[in-house]
Amino acid sequence: MKYRTVFDIIGPIMIGPSSSHTAGAARIGRAARKIFGRKPKRVIITLYGSFAKTYRGHGTDIALAGGLLDFDTFDKRIVNALEIAKEEGVDIIFRESDELTDHPNTARLRLEDEKGTMEVVGVSIGGGKMEIIELNGFELKLSGNDPVLLVLHHDQYGAVARVATVLASHKINIGFMQVSRKEKGSEALMSIETDQPVEPEVQKEIQDLPGILAVTIL
Amino acid sequence: MNVFVEKELVAMKFRTVAELVEIAETENLKISEVMILHEAEVMNRPREEIFEEMGRNLDVMEQAIQRGLTEDIRSHSGLTGGDAKKIREYKEKANVLLSGPTILDAVSRATAVSEVNAAMGTIVATPTAGACGILPGTIFTAAEKLGSDRETMIRALFVAGAVGFCIANNACISGAAGGCQAEVGSATAMAAAAVVEMAGGTPSMSAEAIAIALKNMLGLVCDPVAGLVEAPCVKRNAMGAAIAMVAADMAMAGVKSVIPTDEVIEAMYKIGQTMPVALKETALGGLAATPTGRALERQIFGTIDKKS
Repeated sequence: MKYRTVFDIIGPIMIGPSSSHTAGAARIGRAARKIFGRKPKRVIITLYGSFAKTYRGHGTDIALAGGLLDFDTFDKRIVNALEIAKEEGVDIIFRESDELTDHPNTARLRLEDEKGTMEVVGVSIGGGKMEIIELNGFELKLSGNDPVLLVLHHDQYGAVARVATVLASHKINIGFMQVSRKEKGSEALMSIETDQPVEPEVQKEIQDLPGILAVTIL
Repeated sequence: MNVFVEKELVAMKFRTVAELVEIAETENLKISEVMILHEAEVMNRPREEIFEEMGRNLDVMEQAIQRGLTEDIRSHSGLTGGDAKKIREYKEKANVLLSGPTILDAVSRATAVSEVNAAMGTIVATPTAGACGILPGTIFTAAEKLGSDRETMIRALFVAGAVGFCIANNACISGAAGGCQAEVGSATAMAAAAVVEMAGGTPSMSAEAIAIALKNMLGLVCDPVAGLVEAPCVKRNAMGAAIAMVAADMAMAGVKSVIPTDEVIEAMYKIGQTMPVALKETALGGLAATPTGRALERQIFGTIDKKS
């Protein structure tokens, strides 16, 4: 089920005017910021479908910028997010695309700084709810509701089992798990939603496992 | 697919309105109670915490109503604002009201919240920001009329949530996916069911109210002028509140929908799927594409561009 909690329906508390084009967009921006793990220097945002057609009227650009600055949907600073981004030295560029996507409200965000780049695709599915459906070319599905562990690893046997074993030894239950790869035998990405929070020492333990390239907690 | 997780954990599990009503009536519970138990179970959260969070939503709604009825609200585009006050004043002063004071209270409150939303104020998306006026408009008006306490009002939000939950998981709640019928239509159905429980109606009556309300929203397109959540959205919130109040009364009178509620929801979904993209929040058709709609669009974005 796409909507799991009553607060997906009654909520969020947000700055208007549109839950899909403002609140959902802010959440996509914020999720991208969290996955990136730091304030980006430059962000290129490509908007598709209804986002591309109506983003200025709905303040989608403002909301995405607010999310990238780590503002929540009800943060009044969202209204001035474009100016604040400028002041904070975050360069945000918007592009409109005519390309057809599966969902009408889709945004692709490329975050950059001197340390690296990252690309995510987010869709705003309605009522302020969003999903991240692509990360650096890996297909995945993140709702941002539960704690999520992202593990980049070599596409080899045993990687999934080793990570699961570490989680089990810390009594962390896996609610939802997905493994995605671009091609056989190269790199793969595990996204694991857990019922309990994953503490930094558990992250370190997973990081040190053979074949693991990077671990991020959201 | 996380179906297995949900299956093993949830005893109060419902996916359709029929299932929701069945659980409520066999367990002798209110719809709001079923939703609260479901939430506590699925999200593994204590009841008090859930109730408190919903209470905060109610507070934000009340503040938005207050702002819209007392302050001079104007959106950045200048398209909307001030009508809530106008309706309220008319209701107080007019010698004869053609509809009635309760309906006009619901309408003015719904307009108030919707105008605050358009002006980038703080609101609660119920289920969306585009439809955020309908629940506050109806719940606060019904509470005033019925003398309901705060708990009853918070419960009403859980009823609305339960209904929205069924609609969102079986159909859709965004204008981009299903047109205005999915947004204002869903909110109207949610409000109708909520008000029925507030007035002491049965879960079945709530279900009938959903069907009666939603049927009158089927086919409604999402055609916002200049792509803004303003025209016709604010007035559709106003009329959504009016329809919800009347649908609730009809259901309380014992009127039943010929087509069962879940089938009405399914019909809404299918209509949304077959609705042209031009009429689903792209501002390419309907009122947005009228000569005046287009002229306003040029005028508004002309000024915004100059400003930035």
